[in-house]
Amino acid sequence: MSKYHISTTINGEPAEFLCEAQQTLLDVLRDELHLTGSKEGCSSGDCGACSVTVDGRLVCSCLMLAVEAEGHSIETIEGMAQGQDLHPLQRKFLEHAALQCGFCTPGVLVAAKALLDRNPNPTETETRYWLAGNLCRCTGYDKIIRAVLDAAAELRGA
Amino acid sequence: MLSYTAPSTVEEAVRILAGASGPAKVLSGGTDLLVQLRSGRAKPDLIVDIKNISGISDIREQDGVFIIGAATPGAVIGECEALRQAWPGVVEAAKLIGSTQVQGRASLAGNLCNASPAADSVPALIAARATCVVAGAKGRREVPVESIPTGPGRTCLRPDEFIVEFHLPKRPPHSADTYLRFIPRTEMDIAVVGVGVSVTLDTRGVCTEASVVLGAVAPTAILVPEAAAALVGHNCDETALSELEQAARRACKPINDKRGTIEYRTKVAGVMARRAAVIAYERAEERR
Ligand SMILES: Cc1cc2nc3c(=O)[nH]c(=O)nc-3n(C[C@H](O)[C@H](O)[C@H](O)COP(=O)(O)OP(=O)(O)OC[C@H]3O[C@@H](n4cnc5c(N)ncnc54)[C@H](O)[C@@H]3O)c2cc1C
Ligand code: FES
Ligand code: FES
Repeated sequence: MSKYHISTTINGEPAEFLCEAQQTLLDVLRDELHLTGSKEGCSSGDCGACSVTVDGRLVCSCLMLAVEAEGHSIETIEGMAQGQDLHPLQRKFLEHAALQCGFCTPGVLVAAKALLDRNPNPTETETRYWLAGNLCRCTGYDKIIRAVLDAAAELRGA
Repeated sequence: MLSYTAPSTVEEAVRILAGASGPAKVLSGGTDLLVQLRSGRAKPDLIVDIKNISGISDIREQDGVFIIGAATPGAVIGECEALRQAWPGVVEAAKLIGSTQVQGRASLAGNLCNASPAADSVPALIAARATCVVAGAKGRREVPVESIPTGPGRTCLRPDEFIVEFHLPKRPPHSADTYLRFIPRTEMDIAVVGVGVSVTLDTRGVCTEASVVLGAVAPTAILVPEAAAALVGHNCDETALSELEQAARRACKPINDKRGTIEYRTKVAGVMARRAAVIAYERAEERR
């Protein structure tokens, strides 16, 4: 069995792994690199639980082959907090109780951060559309939206 | 055993495809292909990732012609202000594909070559009279976008061929396009009907050129010349619009499925064609 040797950057650190052609980036993150924050909800691009960024672009890691990561820079939920310091989005999710079971939360946080990195002052509608690919079966979304908008306000220093 | 390769030139990619001993699949964004790999619907021996080819994910403008690399993701298309000015309909169609995450990868070539009758960017590209450059063992050919899909899940491309880029022709003044789709939800669904309309007006606001394309109502997206003819010579008046609506309905050959019956799709196609034409006309008027 021939494996592919892949060199990438994950959460700012150089990372190398061996994988097979059919393995998804999500498979490798979870099963080889033990970065289990990214979740597998559907494996078909529908739920967003596996969201990561690749060179700053939000993608579903279940819809990308691990071999495609060669030479690219990946950010996962594990890179969001700085040591013990939670990212403002993470703090606001706790304050607003924007999660229940938490399964969707890593993906929602990564997606929300990608939004705020691009647009520090999104409207509620923009936020809802941006997160339309992140399904949550617990919260009804409203608290998620409040938390994201509140975090955006804090990050703007408002 | 699946293999993967990511050539860095078009010629190398063609050589690999032409020399493949088993079934090979070209990979752009993977948002269709990975789902099919997982479900077992696609069973290639080899995946040829074209994203390492330079220019394949970029947009350039040359003498008014926009050239969009085959693998350019929807998000990049949506961010190109010059393209949006020239071809608002093509851009809104590309941006409708999937979620933000899917937009980060999904390409025009994948949307076209996956050959879903409901593919959103395809009616808009055809209405724009876009062409694509196909590379293969016999060299390159430039063909109209509508010549690629031949039926659901099927294209006319040979195993050694793939799409390198799309060309959107130079725009005459006072031109604009639109893409509208009807879905039962507000986001994340597959078109019940999609309509692409492109118009050019003269200095008095009379339509001199039009194209109307319907998606999701036949095995492939269809150009409806009768619907376009209804617009030409008119001012977007009621006569033109009701003729357009009827021509659009007559062209439909839809199927019954969970998203809509034949009757429903046919009715909605007329309504959507009318709305799309009005928007295209208004946009072209703003440019007058
Ligand atoms: C959650 C989700 C939502 C979606 N929503 C929509 C939607 O709203 N509207 C819509 O139209 N589609 C939708 N899709 C389908 C898909 O995202 C689009 O069809 C997309 O444009 C495919 O592009 P890709 O680059 O990802 O294609 P890929 O998966 O890379 O390829 C698709 C097919 O085209 C072939 N191919 C790719 N590139 C080339 C090339 N250059 N030359 C020849 N053949 C090639 C591949 O071999 C494969 O057969 C959705 C998919 C998902 C997962
Ligand atoms: S697991 Fe990737 S989108 Fe659901
Ligand atoms: S908190 Fe349970 S799925 Fe979102």
